Amino acid sequence: MGAIEHKIIEMDIRKELEKRILVIDGAMGTMIQRYKLTEADYRGERFKDWPSDVKGNNDLLCITQPQIIREIHTKYLEAGADILETNTFSSTVIAMADYGMQSLAYELNVAAAQCARQAIDAFVASPAGKGRTAFVAGSLGPLNKTLSLSPDVNNPGFRAVTFDEVVEAYYEQVKGLVDGGSDLLLVETIFDTLNAKAAIYAIKKYFRDTKKPSLPIMISGTITDASGRTLSGQTLEAFYTSVAHAKPISVGLNCALGAKEMRPHIEELSQLASCYVSAYPNAGLPNTMGEYDENPEDTGHYLEEWAKEGWVNIVGGCCGTTPDHIKHIADHVRTIKPRPLPVVENTY
Amino acid sequence: MSSIKPYLRLAGLEPLVVRPETNFVNIGERTNVTGSKKFARLIRDNKYEEALSVARQQVESGAQVLDVNMDDALLDGVQAMTTFLNLLQSEPDIARIPIMIDSSKFEIIEAGLKCVQGKCIVNSISMKEGEEKFIQQAIICQSYGAAVIVMAFDEKGQADTKDRKVEICHRAYKILTEQIGFDPQDIIFDPNIFAIATGLEEHNNYGVDFIQATKEIKALMPLTKVSGGVSNLSFSFRGNEHVREAMHSVFLFHAIKAGMDMGIVNAGQLVVYDEIEPTLRDMCEDVILNRNNDNNEATEKLIAFAETVKAKGKEEVKNDAWRNNTVEERLKHALINGITEYIDIDTEEARQKYPKPLEVIEGPLMAGMNVVGDLFGAGKMFLPQVVKSARVMKKSVAWLTPFIEEEKRNNPLAQQGNVPKILLATVKGDVHDIGKNIVGVVLGCNGYDIVDLGVMVPTDKILDTAIKENASIIGLSGLITPSLDEMVHVAHEMKRRGMTQPLLIGGATTSRMHTAVKIAPQYDNGVVHVLDASRSVTVAGSLLSRDQKQDFLDKTRSDYEALAIDFNNRKTSKEYLKLATARANKVKINWEGYVPPAPTFTGTKLFQSVDLSVLREYIDWTPFFIAWELHGKFPQILSDEKVGTEATKLFNDANQLLDTIIKDKWLSAQGVVGFWEAAATGADTVAVKRDGQSLQLEFLRQQIKKAADQPNISLADFVQPSIATTTDHIGAFSVTIKGIEEHIKRLESQHDDYNKIMLQALADRLAEAFAEYLHVKVRKELWGYAADEKLSTEELIKETYTGIRPAPGYPACPDHTEKYKLFDLLGGEEATGIHLTESLAMYPASSVCGWYFSHPQSQYFGVGKIQEDQLVDYATRKGQDLETATRWLRPLLD
Repeated sequence: MGAIEHKIIEMDIRKELEKRILVIDGAMGTMIQRYKLTEADYRGERFKDWPSDVKGNNDLLCITQPQIIREIHTKYLEAGADILETNTFSSTVIAMADYGMQSLAYELNVAAAQCARQAIDAFVASPAGKGRTAFVAGSLGPLNKTLSLSPDVNNPGFRAVTFDEVVEAYYEQVKGLVDGGSDLLLVETIFDTLNAKAAIYAIKKYFRDTKKPSLPIMISGTITDASGRTLSGQTLEAFYTSVAHAKPISVGLNCALGAKEMRPHIEELSQLASCYVSAYPNAGLPNTMGEYDENPEDTGHYLEEWAKEGWVNIVGGCCGTTPDHIKHIADHVRTIKPRPLPVVENTY
Repeated sequence: MSSIKPYLRLAGLEPLVVRPETNFVNIGERTNVTGSKKFARLIRDNKYEEALSVARQQVESGAQVLDVNMDDALLDGVQAMTTFLNLLQSEPDIARIPIMIDSSKFEIIEAGLKCVQGKCIVNSISMKEGEEKFIQQAIICQSYGAAVIVMAFDEKGQADTKDRKVEICHRAYKILTEQIGFDPQDIIFDPNIFAIATGLEEHNNYGVDFIQATKEIKALMPLTKVSGGVSNLSFSFRGNEHVREAMHSVFLFHAIKAGMDMGIVNAGQLVVYDEIEPTLRDMCEDVILNRNNDNNEATEKLIAFAETVKAKGKEEVKNDAWRNNTVEERLKHALINGITEYIDIDTEEARQKYPKPLEVIEGPLMAGMNVVGDLFGAGKMFLPQVVKSARVMKKSVAWLTPFIEEEKRNNPLAQQGNVPKILLATVKGDVHDIGKNIVGVVLGCNGYDIVDLGVMVPTDKILDTAIKENASIIGLSGLITPSLDEMVHVAHEMKRRGMTQPLLIGGATTSRMHTAVKIAPQYDNGVVHVLDASRSVTVAGSLLSRDQKQDFLDKTRSDYEALAIDFNNRKTSKEYLKLATARANKVKINWEGYVPPAPTFTGTKLFQSVDLSVLREYIDWTPFFIAWELHGKFPQILSDEKVGTEATKLFNDANQLLDTIIKDKWLSAQGVVGFWEAAATGADTVAVKRDGQSLQLEFLRQQIKKAADQPNISLADFVQPSIATTTDHIGAFSVTIKGIEEHIKRLESQHDDYNKIMLQALADRLAEAFAEYLHVKVRKELWGYAADEKLSTEELIKETYTGIRPAPGYPACPDHTEKYKLFDLLGGEEATGIHLTESLAMYPASSVCGWYFSHPQSQYFGVGKIQEDQLVDYATRKGQDLETATRWLRPLLD
């Protein structure tokens, strides 16, 4: 059933977006923390002799503890998520260098997409999932090296990585995500637009090279603070203009801000975007202990208000959000009409 | 449903949207090694930091896009492009504008595309090596999300005739849009500007070919853009800048009219078309348009003229005796007289003379501005002149800034200027900022560092910035009544946060009384109402002087306390009527036998793109002069003994700018008029019928005890009661002047506060004029109850007409929230083109709205203070809770 269902789902996401507000899942890291995994858990059998520590390499769990990742996915599905993000925030040859695991990048992405796929297939077949559809969004994270900023304050022209290297890394990730069965590709937590442009470049190149039909692309940027700009200095409108060539199915914001701080930017974006608009803020701002402590009810109320304003099509949570948050969000937006797509005119 | 227009959208750190009304996009050309010897030398010598200052100067002199070209045989182009663009990305003041990556080698272009996060323009691709390569390159550009310049160049060569230009562009267009799905708005054609007046007759028509091709390209492919490298045109006049600049201006004048959207030009060096001496202009026109040019006649004439200019050399210069003085004297002269012409060279000379660039500012520039400040204080200079002086100052500082920054980089410990900072903002919900801008300029002239946060600034942002920037004073501005509450809120928050800076209050709606009674009690560390820009200087001076500050604040506080006591005493001395009693004393109108005039239509009618030259005739100039703090009635003010000369100058400048605004369509006017059946259904309620539905308008009534025979008026009195057998109507209108933003931005980037403020003031006047014009039209035609009215502008200003047009939020109907109903009736934001902020300010700021009443007895009045019983009654009628009603009606209470 999986493969056929998959094709139908692919065509259906646009139809679903016309009908209702879709819910994207919440934080993966926050949930993994609850399992209090040890170094040995992270390593599993396969990497028990790996030369460096791997605890904290959450993406690795898709290979060593796939049942945990599937269980988290399932909790989000039960909470009402329509879109699951793959656990691949750092699954690139560049980010995996921190653990010396560059060579695993492709495999990690395949495994992660499969975890999400399997969780959905099992859920849809269960009584709880009757009549539900859900989508796998292959997640392309921002990388730990950035193309517009120099890590060396004394040499502002220096770059720790090249555009071509970033394209190559994302290309491999896209290949893995597609092979593992993703329905969508989600370029997210963009704080440097040039990194995102490299991801877009890689996605376009991948589908050109393989002549496969392109998967829908979701884009989600990150406004880092009250200045209303990305970390690399762009205003929201400049950011959107710079990634619009991806012809994304949706554009939105996630991370860094709680819903309260994100509100004006989502309002602005909803007026700019010719595609659907997504928003998945953090559970508030971190408290003095560095923890996110916004109540699920509060997050739900914020997003409900945005939905009522007609600003959003896809909502969910980022850092600090849990299945409980997602459930509140899903319950609050369920009956609210989605933002209609603006008319894109072809004359002045 | 909203819609997205197919504009060309580019981005650096900030967006650049090229709209049809954008006029002309300047592309900075000096960061080009083939065009600028200086830039080429810096790059070759690896002086990238210094090369950046060339880019910065381009941005500062108004470039909206930056062309970067590294095509030099002695350079590794890929490496130079990469290095320069990576460095440039770390300079936010340069990187804010989009980059045009310019090269004849595609590998250099691609290297550039890999460095820039914004949406770039690629300059250029073409079919010169065939379709296949063209498509391949276009797909790569598309993958980076860049717009492209397509040169009119194919396998056969560069297009020179009009037909070839159009044919090649159209072919490229079809390939791009049909085969690879390029967005048409991302295609920019360069139909080749070639040198004319070379002596070869076959070159004579090149200018005409470009202009006509542009026209056809834009008609055939309306969403595409046309660009060109303008300096090619005058190549044969190398070395003769005077003639070249004139040729460029004349050419652009015609090419822009034909539809040219952007061009690579030296923005700082263009002469104004109208300022070119007429004989030279005519000669250029003949050569460019290839008129009177048989046997190269026009060409010969221009060449002969060029020779004379060369021969005469410096003699051309005007009355420039002051140029022989010392550089300090010259800077002072330029500041006092507002002359920007020589400021760059004079500044540069001073920079070389003084040990540090900062000393030029602290020395001769501040000395000059002090003289300006003194003259202004003594009433010997007027605001318009001061603003012009500020423009000179800003330009000079802009010249020095890169050097100061460089010095800072080289020597980070060097002491930086210790100038007090003053933070200015128009409060949340309010969009008006002419007055604030003027205060900013005047304070800036007096040596303060101004941090201007703009309009609609939330309290937190004001206070956070004040702390971050270590501002010494915070100044708030606002024009509409809800802003008063917002100011109270800011003061309250300042106290809560334990801030210490004094707070200045200004703006048309503010008053000393309100400040004393409402704002000052909220904050203990100094609240001062500032009447106008000229007072702001002495107030700031006192507050920042260690000796005077405490005395000044103590005196202000005791003055305000006295005012507050006086206010509270006076409050009780006035006598107010019960609401029922006031209603019984309404305006007595004999409705019996009265036949209300019927308008020619019901529903709404749109007035789009109303001719500004018509509206111009309706301008009431007196408030314009008041905005500039020149007080007196127009036209007498022009011959006033004291301010007459300056007023006349200002008036001439205003009219000149108005000419440009009209000619180049900077602004457009949009209005809506509507009429609906209406009847007074309650003492202060008017029911309006729309589409079979009834909408209640709620009005307020004067409650103060009047003299015998004087009514307690409410606007509802002027509409026929519902018991009548005939049908009365009410009307409404809104007008707005659109399109000011980009011009303001441009003028700001040129440091031209003078024209910026002028433009804002004129837009306001045009909006008021539009309202006047529509009201005349309503009386004579649309409602038609005064078909024979013949009134002069002066009589209109005196309001001697029949019927009134009061606006919600103003004295006769002071509740701003009724605007929601007015705008709803008129068709909302879409029809009116006006956005209402949360404080019910209208955006664009140059907007007017109001109700129309036709009854001959209707008159303007002020509701004045109201009592608790009317407040409760009104809240009930409006379905508001008491707290909401209290908030909106606060200026009328207690």
